[in-house]
Amino acid sequence: MAQNVLPRTVQRLIDTFARLPGIGPKSASRLTFYLLRDKDNLALDLAAALQEMKANTRLCPVCFNITEEEPCLICRDEGRDATLLCVVEEPLDVVAIERSRAYNGRYHVLHGAISPVEGIGPEDLKVAELVRRVQQGNFREIILATNPTLEGESTSLYLQRRLMHEKVKITRLARGLPVGGDLEYTDEITLSRALEGRQEL
Amino acid sequence: MPRERTFRTEAIVLRRSDFGESDRLLTLFSKEFGKIRAVAKGARKPQSRKTGHVELFMCSRFLLAEGRDLHIVTQAELVEAYAPLRADLVRVTYAAYACELLDRFTTENDRHSDMYDLLSQALGWFAGESDLLLAARVYELRLLNMAGYRPQLHECLHCREPIQEQDQFFSVALGGLLCPNCQAADARALPLTAVAVKVLRYLQTRPWEVVKKLQLKRPLQHELENVLHHYLLYLLERDLKSVDFLHRLRREANLFAGVWQNLG
Repeated sequence: MAQNVLPRTVQRLIDTFARLPGIGPKSASRLTFYLLRDKDNLALDLAAALQEMKANTRLCPVCFNITEEEPCLICRDEGRDATLLCVVEEPLDVVAIERSRAYNGRYHVLHGAISPVEGIGPEDLKVAELVRRVQQGNFREIILATNPTLEGESTSLYLQRRLMHEKVKITRLARGLPVGGDLEYTDEITLSRALEGRQEL
Repeated sequence: MPRERTFRTEAIVLRRSDFGESDRLLTLFSKEFGKIRAVAKGARKPQSRKTGHVELFMCSRFLLAEGRDLHIVTQAELVEAYAPLRADLVRVTYAAYACELLDRFTTENDRHSDMYDLLSQALGWFAGESDLLLAARVYELRLLNMAGYRPQLHECLHCREPIQEQDQFFSVALGGLLCPNCQAADARALPLTAVAVKVLRYLQTRPWEVVKKLQLKRPLQHELENVLHHYLLYLLERDLKSVDFLHRLRREANLFAGVWQNLG
């Protein structure tokens, strides 16, 4: 049997790689043998990076973004508008919005979206924490920036209902046409929203 | 090199999951080919021409390239988005339920154009009708019928005598009614009121346009839901995620009164 030919330690690494999303047994073997033959200490660097990541990151107790410090750098930043709160699904969405340089408020990361299809409900997300934060905080606007997918929309609808009795303005990211897109290929929902949200020049 | 074969079909997106860097893996229910799986390349990028046409519970016209085990979406054009579904958490939950049920009752590459028509009709009901519970019951009964599990509501499954107009028992294991004399034939048979039997028969045989005029009281609605859910779970041998989600919404509705209408 081919499996017994490989040393146990090598097989273990292959099996571990294979547990990662999008990596099958063949890719796992390739990665393992690459690391095995590598002369630049890549394997050790990787091991150190993994260990450091696991040891030094946690969720910010305020916004639930991943962070090395408590609270996170964004929550600490006095230069940011503390009365604006942007609610996103994942930490990577914070990165995307930051990259736009169009926003200078605070964030709240839900860690997922409500999904009737997958059976993910609000109690599986950082929703109670959001509601508490809004009740205790001094926000003038909550921006719901969940994805424009069925799950993201469901989450926004839900949050809007949960927050509607708080004295705060609730907004939703606009829907529109992507830069470099083509009207001809745009779906009806996006196009009708883009028309509704048209702007005077 | 073998020639790439492409084919056209109208289909509803039952499920989708992320796939690779920016692709989506879709489970489609098509009119002509039944349930099929296809990859929509690049569909997670907003610039993709497919993005807005391959979202859950949308009906689109697809051009697919036949692959070894997965087809590839080469074009998709929206036919019906059922937009009101997307603006109401309860409606979307019922749409998810309709798709999940159909997904469980079908296997891949098995043509069922009757089920396709039913699903597209049901998504229309869940998008537009006011009595979602009633629509769900009608959908369940129609689907059971097409899948070969039509509940027997006219004669007792034990003594074979016609059902009299009185309270009865429903056996999920036998797939229909047991009369009060034969209830012992299935110790787990659920009691079913005479009026519930009558309504079930009515829903089983009348078209939606007639059925939708019924105005059922809350306890009766719940009795019907309960018996059909028991039957479906028995047949499918697994819980349904969307049903679980619906129950969670209802529990929440008690906590935050007035937040959800049309929940039942």
